[in-house]
Amino acid sequence: MMPSSTIESVSPTPVKSGAAGSAKFPGSESRKYNYFEPKGRKASHYEDMTVDVQPDPERYLLQDWIISFPDGTPTYSKDWTAAKSSNWHKFRAVDQEWERTHYQRQSTICGMVQNTIENGRKSGASKRFDRAWIKILEDHLGAYKHAEFGLGTSTMQAQRYGYTQMVNNAILTNASYKLRFAQDLTLYLSEIGLDIEGFNNEAGKKHWLEDPIWQPTRRSVESIMGSNDYLEQYFATNVVFEPLVGELFRSGFIMQVAASQNDFITPAVVSAAEADYERNLANTVELFHLLAEDEQYGTHNIGLFNSWLHKHADLALDAAHHLQPIWSQPRVKIASFADALAQAKNRIRGIATEIQLTVPASLAV
Amino acid sequence: MSALTLNKITAQKGITIAEAASRVADLGWTPSYVQEAMTFPTDYKISKTPRDPMKQVLRSYFPMQEEKDNRVYGALDAALRGDMFRNVEPRWVEWMKLFLAIIPFPEISAARSMAMVARLAPGEELRTGMTMQMVDEFRHSTIQMNLKKWYMENYIDPAGFDITEAAFGRCYATTIGRQFAEGFLTGDAITAANVYLTVVAETAFTNTLFVAMPSEAARNGDYALPTVFLSVQSDESRHIGNGHSMLMAMINDPSNHQLLERDLKYAFWQNHAIVDAAIGTFIEYGTTNRDKNKESYAELWHRWIYEDYYRTYMLPLEKYGIKIHHDDVAAAWDRIVKKNYVHKTAQFFSVGWSLNFWRIEAQTEKDFEWFEHKYPGWYSEFGDYWKWYAKLSKPGETNIVFNADVGYVYPHRCWSCMVPCLIREEFCCDEVDGKMYTYCSEQCRWTHKVAFAAEYEGRATPAMGRFSGRREWEECYHGWDIADAIKDLGFVRPDGKTLTPQPHLRFEEKDMWTLDDVRGHVLGSPLRSFRALSPAERDVAVAEYRKGFTINPCN
Ligand SMILES: [Fe+2]
Ligand SMILES: [Fe+2]
Ligand SMILES: [Zn+2]
Repeated sequence: MMPSSTIESVSPTPVKSGAAGSAKFPGSESRKYNYFEPKGRKASHYEDMTVDVQPDPERYLLQDWIISFPDGTPTYSKDWTAAKSSNWHKFRAVDQEWERTHYQRQSTICGMVQNTIENGRKSGASKRFDRAWIKILEDHLGAYKHAEFGLGTSTMQAQRYGYTQMVNNAILTNASYKLRFAQDLTLYLSEIGLDIEGFNNEAGKKHWLEDPIWQPTRRSVESIMGSNDYLEQYFATNVVFEPLVGELFRSGFIMQVAASQNDFITPAVVSAAEADYERNLANTVELFHLLAEDEQYGTHNIGLFNSWLHKHADLALDAAHHLQPIWSQPRVKIASFADALAQAKNRIRGIATEIQLTVPASLAV
Repeated sequence: MSALTLNKITAQKGITIAEAASRVADLGWTPSYVQEAMTFPTDYKISKTPRDPMKQVLRSYFPMQEEKDNRVYGALDAALRGDMFRNVEPRWVEWMKLFLAIIPFPEISAARSMAMVARLAPGEELRTGMTMQMVDEFRHSTIQMNLKKWYMENYIDPAGFDITEAAFGRCYATTIGRQFAEGFLTGDAITAANVYLTVVAETAFTNTLFVAMPSEAARNGDYALPTVFLSVQSDESRHIGNGHSMLMAMINDPSNHQLLERDLKYAFWQNHAIVDAAIGTFIEYGTTNRDKNKESYAELWHRWIYEDYYRTYMLPLEKYGIKIHHDDVAAAWDRIVKKNYVHKTAQFFSVGWSLNFWRIEAQTEKDFEWFEHKYPGWYSEFGDYWKWYAKLSKPGETNIVFNADVGYVYPHRCWSCMVPCLIREEFCCDEVDGKMYTYCSEQCRWTHKVAFAAEYEGRATPAMGRFSGRREWEECYHGWDIADAIKDLGFVRPDGKTLTPQPHLRFEEKDMWTLDDVRGHVLGSPLRSFRALSPAERDVAVAEYRKGFTINPCN
């Protein structure tokens, strides 16, 4: 051992630089978050931003949750869904979103939508819309925006309950996309309404609340909003409602029919939702696939998901069938409901198969 | 005539902001087929629809936030190009290992808590504001994780940043931050997500967190933290607006007044106990800047908390019939200026350095002078302590926490705020559900025993949360050799023996403490020993504890 301390070894050595590499000592090269298992060979930036920020007593939360609900339920509980996992921490969102990528994407969409509307209005586009089509936009696109809003509020609620940060953040961005799109539609209709004489901005909500065409859709959305199981909400939104009703209406009707009614703007506004859904769907499928494959709980989970599929597919199919009259309202009919529904069923069968579910007979060809 | 501009030629009539906001609010409806799940209840009654004062829509929000982000990330790049880390003060960055370990979880907890208030608020007017807040908090959480990663990649000593979220779950200091965060999202939804989070933490204390901290960072050569945190703070006015609208929707109902009084008292005191302990320490002890003209934490507190918050936000609530606890505000102020709350916290963190995951260097003569100037009497209480700390910073010395020569007496832990009972004369204890607990203050005793209970002043409060878990950190390692505890905590560097924490800023292997340097001392739970006392012994122990201790002269 060194002889007893000299003045220099006790008083702080003046540090010349606080920069990486300016000294070598144990730990001086440990420049990666090292407390979680990355999904790939090395951790992605998304993983670094996300993993383990929401703690877990089974990982590093030494003192357990320190506040509980009056019945003893802790701050986060695995019991908030009937699904089970042997490792909730395994899930990674496919879209890898963290704040920066989320704002970049949302902001790009906002810019795209606003440019489209602005340019369309500048060229007087909505004045060339077919009259019957305008009514369809007022009544039905106007009604549909509420469905998007309902799913937005439902996922906003659901992002409180997940057992990990990865699950909750994926649901949070889903909510953000849905609520933005509901507002996109609302503001779009309001703005073209300025150029169309007598445009009725109130019609949409009235149809949403009263029109028999929309009531089963509303019931289907309210069933998702009313579920007590956050994963059921997430599942029913993306695995069931979106393909059977959302895409059916957006792609199978609006996107296909609009152009032949001289409307080139609406499809551009609505197309953003299709791209949002692709991302939300990818995250959803990844999560439910993981749960279905769980070596310990896979069988239980598949049974549970089949029951959710059954319940919500019945509601969503009923909703879809009731929307049928909309397809015959445009003056120029270029899309058939039967084709659109077949496509929607095809889509949900594909999704269900990916997460190893049994496709109900009602969804067969 | 003004000149024609392209804008004027092409301008189109648009809808007004107010119209846009009201159309968007009209997206909501009351479900009639299936009732919405009510899983996070409250004992408050919210009969009025909260109004949205901000009137924003998401399509202007996202581009605005992206623009803010661009500025932040641009500034981080510029800081690297400008070689920021060559001139940064390690004393400061080390404390960021603690601060940035804590803060992303409270942030994301605020995002989660939006789920709870948004569903409780009647109508949908405030939905957009709450959606923005939810996404803002997601922003704050991940932008802070990014900043931390950036420090880890570029600062001389990355150890401690590399284990950050694991350390957050385990350290005795981060416990305080977990209490802060869980308070946002557990228990009565309004108590947690409105009063504790928004009306108190965001409205009052984010100024010390996100405005005072950045100034101190800049004084220490750190331009990154101000860039990120001032950008974070720029979102807070929206959150404060949300909270205030919600509060206004409840305040006219007299049946809420009792609960509001309870929650304002609880939230103010807990925020004081937690935020002032942590942020006060970072600002006063994490700095190397001893400019006598700058404001001390006490002065900052007076400006932000006393003038801006207490006088202009809290006091006006009285006209609605809400009882405001002026005495608590005065007591918190006294704890900061007269009772050395911040200094005692810094002392405690440094006594426990070997169980931390960052470095704490000794305060020196230059620091002493500033402290004495700002806090007269400081030197006689803390001067010798910091001399001891410097002296015992060399491996081979007896770890200060076990060193009987120093005279420091390890404190009890407050069951309520989780900060130890540092102001000895305010120490108290009480029995709750047949068990004895210790508290740092009467207010904290009240919080546990009276506020977090099934009944409040004779009124049933079935939604109120409860304190749970292993709240006394020390109990987790009762009877452990400290070296084994440090290993279990994971606060050991990759060589398997050198400690992550160090009581100095010397970056040479020979100066760094290892497990062998600390082994041979056993940790214990003060609460366990306290509970083992007979009532008579307990009275003596309390009286003894309240007398405090004296640090022995160091020469
Ligand atoms: Fe925040
Ligand atoms: Fe906030
Ligand atoms: Zn306390």
